Amino acid sequence: MKLLKIVPDDTNIDFLKWRSWAFGISLLLMVASVGLVATKGLNFGVDFIGGQMIRATFTQSAAAPVTELRETVAKLGYGDPTIQRFGAENQVSIRMKLPDGADKNPELANAMATKITDTLKAGHPDVRIDGVDSVSGKVSEELFGKGILALLAAMAGVSIYIWFRFEWQFGVGAIWSLLHDVTLTFGLFALTGWEFDLNIIAALLTIIGYSLNDTVVVYDRIRENLMKFRKMEMASLLNLSVNETLSRTVMTSVSISLPLIVLVLFGPDVIFGFSAAMAFGIVVGTYSSIYQAAPILIWLKVGSHSFVPTEEAGSKAERISEGFES
Amino acid sequence: MLDFPRWRVWMLNTLIVLGVLFAIPSVLPTHIRAQLAQFVPTPTINLGLDLAGGSHILLEADTSQLAETRLEALEDSVRTAMRRADPRIAISDVSRANGQLSFTVNSPTQIDAAREALLPLTSNAIGSRDWNIGVNDGNRMILTPAGAGNETALDQAMDTAKDVIDRRINALGTLEPTIIRQGENRIVVQVPGLDDPEALKALIGKTAKLEFKLVDEQADPDQTAQGKARVGSQVLPYPDNPSGLPYIAVRRLGGISGDKLVKADPTFDPQTNEPAVTIQFDSEGGQKFARMTQQNVNKLFAIILDGQVISAPQIREPIFGGVSQISGSFTTESANALSISLRSGALPVDLKIVEERSVGPDLGADSIRRGILAAVIGTTAILVLMFLVYGRFGMYANVALVINVAMILGVMAFANATLTLPGIAGFVLTIGAAVDANVLINERIREELKRGRRVVQAIEFGYKEASRAIFDANSTNVIAAVLLFIFGSGPIRGFAVVLMIGIVTSVFTAVTITRMWVSRWVKRTRPYELTI
Repeated sequence: MKLLKIVPDDTNIDFLKWRSWAFGISLLLMVASVGLVATKGLNFGVDFIGGQMIRATFTQSAAAPVTELRETVAKLGYGDPTIQRFGAENQVSIRMKLPDGADKNPELANAMATKITDTLKAGHPDVRIDGVDSVSGKVSEELFGKGILALLAAMAGVSIYIWFRFEWQFGVGAIWSLLHDVTLTFGLFALTGWEFDLNIIAALLTIIGYSLNDTVVVYDRIRENLMKFRKMEMASLLNLSVNETLSRTVMTSVSISLPLIVLVLFGPDVIFGFSAAMAFGIVVGTYSSIYQAAPILIWLKVGSHSFVPTEEAGSKAERISEGFES
Repeated sequence: MLDFPRWRVWMLNTLIVLGVLFAIPSVLPTHIRAQLAQFVPTPTINLGLDLAGGSHILLEADTSQLAETRLEALEDSVRTAMRRADPRIAISDVSRANGQLSFTVNSPTQIDAAREALLPLTSNAIGSRDWNIGVNDGNRMILTPAGAGNETALDQAMDTAKDVIDRRINALGTLEPTIIRQGENRIVVQVPGLDDPEALKALIGKTAKLEFKLVDEQADPDQTAQGKARVGSQVLPYPDNPSGLPYIAVRRLGGISGDKLVKADPTFDPQTNEPAVTIQFDSEGGQKFARMTQQNVNKLFAIILDGQVISAPQIREPIFGGVSQISGSFTTESANALSISLRSGALPVDLKIVEERSVGPDLGADSIRRGILAAVIGTTAILVLMFLVYGRFGMYANVALVINVAMILGVMAFANATLTLPGIAGFVLTIGAAVDANVLINERIREELKRGRRVVQAIEFGYKEASRAIFDANSTNVIAAVLLFIFGSGPIRGFAVVLMIGIVTSVFTAVTITRMWVSRWVKRTRPYELTI
């Protein structure tokens, strides 16, 4: 049987030739992302800013009457709603700030939800209320703080691990490429205005996981080649390592992208942002392992002096993984 | 390396079978599972509310109010103890401020007697001290909460509150709520399948503290309207006051509390035919109630619920037997809700809803259906691709992947874990890691073959060299998962749990299990050539 080859044998692409360009463009995109987040802001869900979100489906209509809803809800006197379609054309989310004093008296928040849903039902007999989320300011602050803390802790923890298992430069490279991926994903959400809630934090964590996986594979090969070819110039060595792992990189990225693309196209609407974030993250994460994590090692002066096979780095790493594998 | 002793083969196979067996109940349709459950235990994965639909309510206790309540209770018992002391100890200037209770013992000679009388009030059942007793200026006694006094009180109050909520929700019928304490002053209530939580919220949000106090009939209505009351009285809101004024003044002391009930039922007022609630005190409460009504015939008494007067009828005759009727402007529903709340006891603290989420069952079902469809299509695509690219070894990887999915489900079912949307993200990540492990191994075998190694050696090298990267990649994920579990909140923890389980099963299936199969194939066929 003839097997499929996605990447031809013995590629010798000079990936690192473009490293300054790639780095410049990445830097530019990161600055743009930060700028977008700062100016346009993220479309935070009620998880992170508190408030109330009602999701509704107009089962008999082709499209939800967004403009009319905006006016109707605004007339109720609770302030202007943020109304968005999500998923299908006939599904909307209506977001409101919690009424003043709702922190002390939850009845007020309740009353608002009841009033809005009743108004919806009265005006549109085909409406189906899919869910009501009501999060107080205090809880949303906690959720946000804990989410960011978890994200930072995870990033710092894995970078420290890589520093111990490789060299400090690799740790820096890993955290840099994670920062790169996370920043660009934030930028994507600021650009598209997709809702940013707790589930997106989970998506970000998944992106970090994938990206790191890729980075570790490339780094592992660099470590191996550094010990094997002590005389080789760093750029060529990185190119060799990236090329040697290229068919694996492509194969894995394609395999993982497949279910995600299906999820974006056919998956549940509620998780569209979530699936889209992950699909985006796979692409960015694969790119950053090659064009961020690897070249940073040149600038941080990794070379033939790294991984001198003492007890410290190389042989210890081998010993541990052998023990693990048998 | 490709050597597998027989006992290891057995052990690995047993693990696979166990993992898959535990997964089976979770994927069976509900009615078949129900039949099966009659014969064998069927541990299943719980679906989170974001997937299955239902209501999630987070309640937070008002801790300052709890300290205040404790202080009030202490004041009551101090007054009683001083009155009952023999000889009676006269006190004055009782004040509650800054979390302290202080009062003056009129005659300094009675200080020791007062201290003696206070001792049983200030220490708790297990003998440790709840309140510290201090004396200022010779005859001013100050009671301050001792170290952990307020925390212990909060802890006990939260436990009681949890039980009370449990009783109230159970009174609603067939719901299957999960009620857990979170942190020191929060309670999470989750009710699957309930998409309109209004009735539930009306039930658990109410403290249901019932009190009966005498109306201060000498109070000046103008003063009451301004919220001012005479010494010994207090002004309470009374929205349904027939006089039109939404306030009423009541006497502070001499009332009784309605926490000693044996029964509370919704009824109809025989005179007006309006919904009402009938309550029955226990014998102690009944006697107190009889005494109070006996001493105050023809006076008005206020029925107070959660600090608000619901009605203030006249005591026409002494009420013996401890049965009384509460009328006010009730609807049938609110009368029913109040009876349930009264029956299950008052909440020892005020709880307010700080977070509420409800997901309609339609949306949840739709999410699951389309999620499963996407997962099936996506996984099939991976399986086909793996087979096309790696042939026999791709097939091994595929079977291992399917077993991996089953084992993750099996472990989750065994641990009775809950699968949420973020959990699915964790699932996707671990499946990716499992696929990647096999890709790494197979690519490495290809490389070693190209370098001219013989088949068996190439396979050995492939597994050995790839294992290092697999080890590092999965270790980083374990570290991330542990940190996420420590620092994250609910949904992120759901992600972390699935990730931790998944990493273990992924490495197990993608590395160990495939190697076992490969080694069997190598031993049996002694291959010269390998297409990979």
